[in-house]
Amino acid sequence: MVVSAALGIPLGALLARARFFGRGLVVALVYTGMGFPPVVVGLAVYLLLSRSGPLGSLEWLFTPAAMVVAQVVIAFPVVAGLTMVAVEAVDPELSLQLRSLGATEAQAGRLLLREVQPGVLAALLAGFGAIISEVGAAMLVGGNIDGQTRVLSTAIVLETRRGHFGLALALGGALLTLAFVVNALLLRFQVAPRRLG
Amino acid sequence: MRRALSLVVLSLSLLAACAPATPAVLRLATTTSTDDSGLLDAILPAFESKDNARVDVVAVGTGQALELGRQGDADVVLVHSRAAEDQFMADGYGTVRYDVMYNDFVIVGPQEDPAGIASAASAARAFTRIAEARATFISRGDDSGTNAKELSLWKAAGLEPGDQAWYRSIGQGMGETLEMANESLGYTLSDRGTYLSMSDSLSGLAILFGGSSIAENPDAALLNPYGVIPVNPEKVAGVNNALANSFAAWLTSPETQAAIGAFGVDTYGQPLFYPDAAQP
Repeated sequence: MVVSAALGIPLGALLARARFFGRGLVVALVYTGMGFPPVVVGLAVYLLLSRSGPLGSLEWLFTPAAMVVAQVVIAFPVVAGLTMVAVEAVDPELSLQLRSLGATEAQAGRLLLREVQPGVLAALLAGFGAIISEVGAAMLVGGNIDGQTRVLSTAIVLETRRGHFGLALALGGALLTLAFVVNALLLRFQVAPRRLG
Repeated sequence: MRRALSLVVLSLSLLAACAPATPAVLRLATTTSTDDSGLLDAILPAFESKDNARVDVVAVGTGQALELGRQGDADVVLVHSRAAEDQFMADGYGTVRYDVMYNDFVIVGPQEDPAGIASAASAARAFTRIAEARATFISRGDDSGTNAKELSLWKAAGLEPGDQAWYRSIGQGMGETLEMANESLGYTLSDRGTYLSMSDSLSGLAILFGGSSIAENPDAALLNPYGVIPVNPEKVAGVNNALANSFAAWLTSPETQAAIGAFGVDTYGQPLFYPDAAQP
């Protein structure tokens, strides 16, 4: 998630501001990536990390590292795409106005950042949601190994297959609660500076 | 008025005429091995045309298949975990259990066989060698019949590897488990049919214990009997018991048994299932 944010936010901002040859193509790719079936990402990462694949020597398949790789690929376009939309929504004249009012480059940047913060936060939340509820890729590249790469979503699939519907439901509740807590914390983080400002 | 009435009568009689053409639906809960191997695709059409029925196959682990029966989400179950089947019968969820067929399990692993299990005297001894070598072992871990058999073999070996790092319980189907064994160069227990049907893509694996056909399997503990159980309509509401009984009778009939015994011979040079229903 952190990696996706570190990659996605700058790319989104860059795409929103910069004009360069092939920008349209990159934007189209990012949007396609947002709707990419996670299980296809999982398949690609699987083949990449497979013993007979190009990165097989890393021996990452069926380890948490492989799951992180897949999740970065899944969340990155979501974060980048939504960040781009958020930054584009800010009036491009704003930074000019700020500068003409005597703001330094740094001050203008900080203000712009505050302006796009809700949008970027939504981007992060969407990325987080895409990852935490993901099951196909996590199952494929992690392997759902007990005590190593079993996560809540894959555990739910397993318990359902076993016929333990009650336990599966309880795990679903835990997953929902976790998602809710993270969302609530992030939203609080967003609201707080507004109140001060 | 009279005209409208005759129209109603006509449409009703048309409906009645159509009714036999609409196939009844039989919900069959079975294990992934019968479906993945292609056995059901090969034999079910004969039943569907005989009884003008459509069979909806839900292929899951034995544990979930029996649970589907308990919940009334299946009319009949075809599974292979004797202890779980006996419990299902004892709880009154099934009307009767028939032997249908058996196949067998094999222990597959890396062709180099680092734990040296090929020369073991029994399946349990082979498991002991895997544990002593701390070689990677992939367990289904999904309460399936295969998983139950694997656990019984560890028990027979007097071992409890559940919390060891080399023992990976992955809670997935036979296909995924074999894929992981192939990728991680680990050992696993597989039914012979699924392994044979996938062996083209499992270049790193070989059958290290269990022989090259069911007849050559050296350990009777690896034999794997399948049973068919119609779900009890008195215990579970909403199941189609008549069709389930018809299915069980058909599955154990001499013709179907012969078809089961012939399945796979063309492709693998050996049957994947041996019929063993008692004939009256």
